[in-house]
Amino acid sequence: MASFLTYLISGISLGAVYAIIALGYTMVYGIAKMLNFAHGDVIMIGAYVAFLIFSTLGLNPILAVIVSMLACTVLGITIERIAYKPLRGASSLSVLITAIGVSYFLQNSALLIFGADSKTFTSLVSFPPIKLMGGSVVISSVTIVTILASVIIMIALTTFINKTRTGQAMLAVSADKGAATLMGIDVNRTIAITFAIGSALAAIAGILLCSAYPALSSTTGAMPGIKAFTAAVFGGIGSIPGAMIGGLVMGIIENLSKAYISSQLADAIVFGVLIVVLLVKPTGLMGKKIQEKV
Amino acid sequence: MENILEIKNLNVYYGVIHAIKDVSFTVRQGEIVTLIGANGAGKTTTLQTITGLIPPRSGEIIYHGKSINKIPGHKLVSQGMAHVPEGRRVFADLTVYQNLMLGAYTRTDKAGIDDDLEMVYTRFPRLKERVNQPAGTLSGGEQQMLAMGRALMSKPRMMLMDEPSMGLSPIYVNEIFDIIRKINEDGVTILLVEQNANKALNIANRAYVLETGRIVLEGDAKQLLTDPQVKAAYLSE
Ligand SMILES: Nc1ncnc2c1ncn2[C@@H]1O[C@H](COP(=O)(O)OP(=O)(O)OP(=O)(O)O)[C@@H](O)[C@H]1O
Ligand SMILES: [Mg+2]
Repeated sequence: MASFLTYLISGISLGAVYAIIALGYTMVYGIAKMLNFAHGDVIMIGAYVAFLIFSTLGLNPILAVIVSMLACTVLGITIERIAYKPLRGASSLSVLITAIGVSYFLQNSALLIFGADSKTFTSLVSFPPIKLMGGSVVISSVTIVTILASVIIMIALTTFINKTRTGQAMLAVSADKGAATLMGIDVNRTIAITFAIGSALAAIAGILLCSAYPALSSTTGAMPGIKAFTAAVFGGIGSIPGAMIGGLVMGIIENLSKAYISSQLADAIVFGVLIVVLLVKPTGLMGKKIQEKV
Repeated sequence: MENILEIKNLNVYYGVIHAIKDVSFTVRQGEIVTLIGANGAGKTTTLQTITGLIPPRSGEIIYHGKSINKIPGHKLVSQGMAHVPEGRRVFADLTVYQNLMLGAYTRTDKAGIDDDLEMVYTRFPRLKERVNQPAGTLSGGEQQMLAMGRALMSKPRMMLMDEPSMGLSPIYVNEIFDIIRKINEDGVTILLVEQNANKALNIANRAYVLETGRIVLEGDAKQLLTDPQVKAAYLSE
C-alpha cells in the first residue's frame, strides 16, 4: 500500500510536468491551429538557462526561474515570428515540417553551445521531504512543488482566459480569425502572446522536470515533449482541462506501469492506452470536433 | 452631404479569378446604401476588402477622407467601422454576453460600454433573456441579432452588413429590416448587402447593382424599385 502510494504520487508529479507542457501544445494548437513540435525543445533550453544561472553562476533559484521564463518567452515569440508567421495560410504539412526543423535547430544549437556531455542539474527546490504514514511514504519537495505549480498554473490560466480581455481575444481567435479581426483583435499579436505563455510554461516544466530527473542534455526535452503532446491529444487537443487531465493520466499510467509491469514496456503501455482512447473517442477525453487548420 | 466612404476603381482577385472589376461607389454620411446582386456577384468580397480581410489588387478605399488600403483590418474598428459578416459568425462556444463584450474589444470607456450594453439589450430584448447562453444555441434570427448587437458594441459610425436577412423566416426578416432602419436613424451610416432586393431598396436611400464583379446600375433606391431591368432580374416574387 505504502509503495503504491509512493508510485502514485510520483506519477502524479510526472503527470503534472506533462500537463504543464501539454498546456503549451494545446494552447498553440487551439489558437494557431498548428502543432509546434519544437515545444519540447523549448523545455530543454529553459532547463539550460536555469542551470546556467543557478549552478554555473550560483545565483538565487527564484532568479533562475524568472530568467529562464523570460528567455523562453523571447525564444517562443522569436520562433513564431521567424519560422511560423510567414507560413500563415500555408498547408499544415509545411508548418509541421518547419516545426520539426525548428526542433532540430534548437537541439543542435544546444549541442553546440553546451556540449555533448550531459549536465547534472541541481534541483532548484531544496526544502526537506514530507514523510507520511510513519515514514513509509516519502514525498520529495520537488514532487510537492511540481504538483502545486501545476494546480496554480491551471487556475491562473483559466482565470486569465475567462476574465481578461486578452484571454477572451484568444478564444475569439481560436474560434474564427476573420470574425476576431472584425472585433478589432490583432490576430498576429494574440498568436504571439499565446506562444509567449506556452513558452514561459515550458521553462517551468523544464526546471521541474530536471529537478526531478537531473540528467540534462540537448535531447532532454524530446521525449517529454512527445509524451506531453500525446497527453494533449489524449485529453482532447485544444482543450485546457483536457491537457491537464491528459498529462496527469499519462504520468500515472507511466509510473505505475514502470513499477508493476515493466520499465521497458512502460512507454509502449502509455502509447497503447492512447491508441485505445483515440479509437473509442477520436477527439480525446475532453475534445469536441476536430478542427483542421484552415 | 459628405462622403464617409469612397471606393475608387477597386479590383480584387482570388488567384486568377477577377472577382471585383473596377468597382467605384460612394456612401455619404447618414445614408443607407445597398449593394444588391445575385449569388457570386462579389458583394461579400467587396465588403471584406473594405474591412481589410482581403487585400485589393488595385484601387482606393477612402474612409473619412483618408485612404485605408494599407490599414490592417483590426485597426478599422476603433475608427468607427463595424462589419456584420455574412453568415453572422458569432462565437458559438461563447455566451451572448461574451460575444457582446468582444464587440467592445477596442473600447476602454467602461461607463460607455455599460450604456451601450443596455442599449443593445433594449434594442434586442431576446438577447437580454439569453445573456448566459452559448451563442451557438441561439436560433438563426437571434444569432443575427447578436451579430448586429456585437457590431453596435464597438460604437460604430458606419456599419457594413452582409445579407442580414439570409435564411430567416419572413417575420424575422421584417424585424431585422426595422432594426436596420432604427440603427440608421440613430446616426449610423449603413452599407447594406442584400439578395432581398425588394426589402433593401425599400429602406435604402441609394443603391448599386453588382453583376459578376461589375457595377451595372446605380441610382436612387426608390427609382430602382420601379426600374424594369431591376424588376426583371431582382424583384421577381
Ligand atoms: N475564397 C475564394 N476563393 C476563390 N474564389 C472565391 C473565394 N471567395 C469568393 N470567390 C469567388 O468570387 C466571386 C464573388 O464571391 P462573393 O462571395 O463575393 O459573392 P457574393 O455576391 O457575396 O455571393 P453570395 O450572394 O452567394 O454571398 C464568386 O465567383 C466566388 O466564387
Ligand atoms: Mg456573399
